[in-house]
Amino acid sequence: MDFRRVKDYFSWLYYQYQIISCCAVLEPWERSMFNTILLTIFAMVVYTAYVFIPIHIRLAWEFFSKICGYHSTISN
Amino acid sequence: MYIAMILPTECRPEKQNGKPHINMEIEESFEEAPLHVMVFTYMGYGIGTLFGYLRDFLRNWGIEKCNAAVEREEQKDFVPLYQDFENFYTRNLYMRIRDNWNRPVCSAPGPHFDMLERVSDDYNWTFRFTGRVIKDVINMGSYNFLGLVSKYNESMRTVKEVLERYGTGVASTRHEMGTLDKHKELEDLVAKFLNVEAAMVFGMGFATNSMNIPVLVGKGCLILSDELNHTSVVLGARLSGATIRTFKHNNMQSLEKLLRDAIIYGQPRTRRAWKKILILVEGIYSMEGSIVRLPQIVALKKKYKAYLYVDEAHSIGSVGPTGRGVSEFFGIDPGDVDVLMGTFTKSFGAAGGYIAGKKELVDYIRVHSHSAVYATSMSPPVAEQIIRAMKLIMGLDGTTQGLQRVQQLAKNTKYFRQRLREMGFIIYGNDHSPVVPVLLYMPGKVAAFARHMLEKKIAVVVVGFPATPLAEARARFCISAAHTREMLDKVLEATDEIGDLLQVKYSRHRHSARPELYDETSFELDD
Repeated sequence: MDFRRVKDYFSWLYYQYQIISCCAVLEPWERSMFNTILLTIFAMVVYTAYVFIPIHIRLAWEFFSKICGYHSTISN
Repeated sequence: MYIAMILPTECRPEKQNGKPHINMEIEESFEEAPLHVMVFTYMGYGIGTLFGYLRDFLRNWGIEKCNAAVEREEQKDFVPLYQDFENFYTRNLYMRIRDNWNRPVCSAPGPHFDMLERVSDDYNWTFRFTGRVIKDVINMGSYNFLGLVSKYNESMRTVKEVLERYGTGVASTRHEMGTLDKHKELEDLVAKFLNVEAAMVFGMGFATNSMNIPVLVGKGCLILSDELNHTSVVLGARLSGATIRTFKHNNMQSLEKLLRDAIIYGQPRTRRAWKKILILVEGIYSMEGSIVRLPQIVALKKKYKAYLYVDEAHSIGSVGPTGRGVSEFFGIDPGDVDVLMGTFTKSFGAAGGYIAGKKELVDYIRVHSHSAVYATSMSPPVAEQIIRAMKLIMGLDGTTQGLQRVQQLAKNTKYFRQRLREMGFIIYGNDHSPVVPVLLYMPGKVAAFARHMLEKKIAVVVVGFPATPLAEARARFCISAAHTREMLDKVLEATDEIGDLLQVKYSRHRHSARPELYDETSFELDD
């Protein structure tokens, strides 16, 4: 029962995506092309986020802590 | 959000012909959509345009067969004919959703009608009829405001007699041998209906505007026209050769500024005074559903000595306590409006147009109108249908059926608009106008709305670019006096369901009890 509700909700959500982005009026091959491009871009964004965000956060944290550390040594 | 109100001090007319004051505050709303809706709309058009470029590229390089119009081989090196934006839009965006327009109707377009079912095998480039007929579709798109459009019934007996006596064609123009006694009878009746001195009728409503405005103004005159005027008015204004300046829709400050500038500065190079200043407005604007601010325009026209031309195509027969149009709606003497123009297509179930006003004006138009010299005059059965309809509305046939129809239309309009607003749709226009535009914004939703409504056996007219601004596509409902409460409820229920499915309920005023902002002393609605 719950699965059916979840499935209905996702198919409604997919329908909303289709009418907002004009996929509902495109031909099937255009639709699959557009979906493929969108999924590829999304996958690339996710991959880049997975690879780079931890490193960037660590570097930013080190940078800011060094500045605060510098300030504290100066004030001493 | 923009709500416009007329202050009572500005719209109170003097006592005219012993008629009482009508003190009305009018509310028209043109609510703006939330920001994410506009972003998605433009995004949708952007995606459609990108795919349009892709398809045009494929067609150009021969990978795909081109079904649209192309130039011939020998003319490929000439200036291209089909590369402008309008053709691009038609080929790539309009074609995809074309099945919602030009749907063939196969019965009288009354409150119910039959439609031919058609399908397309190649994505709307060609259609074929399956042979089936969709019966009893509720008609929310025809301009049938008083419900006078129907197949032959006993009340149309006089039309049949006129058809038997006069036939169908007139075969001549008004100036030659095309003036029948039916036309004289009709013109006298129209003048009596509108409470003016004289009137003249023409065979086609569009041609009435486009052929007669050039007669009234010429070079050296100034036309001030509302920015949302109908194409017939714009065409007539351009054909006349006068200078045209547009003012913002229904905006009296913009109009007053233009009038003052025109009188202070005169004609552009020579600084001479303008020969004539003509203000062109419409009674009800068909795409917005807004009603013109007639009292204020009449006050402005008297102050600055300009002439006023009101095109009452949608408002004649449908607004006003007895259906006489916007001048009665506001309680203004029709003699204050210089040229009253209207059509018989919408409320009278016929075809044609009229121009009414002072006798000198109508006599001048009779002699000089292009339509009178070159166009065939109105067909006699059509003229008789208008005579019959007008007598019905005026009560001259002895019953109160006409008045009942006008009041039923007012009731239906009020009910429909109120329910739609409660549901949370963005509706444009005046609360009294029977033309109800529901804003849908996104092109995908426009197509989906029309298709779902047809599946539920309701026919609506959806409009997009170029009839409306690019981002404001809408569905337009036309209320009729022939719609019963059950029909309206069925339509409202279907709209509610589809509105939830498509998520088009963008208004921020859902379920708010809107205060009644008008008090009318002329007629009461019993609900």
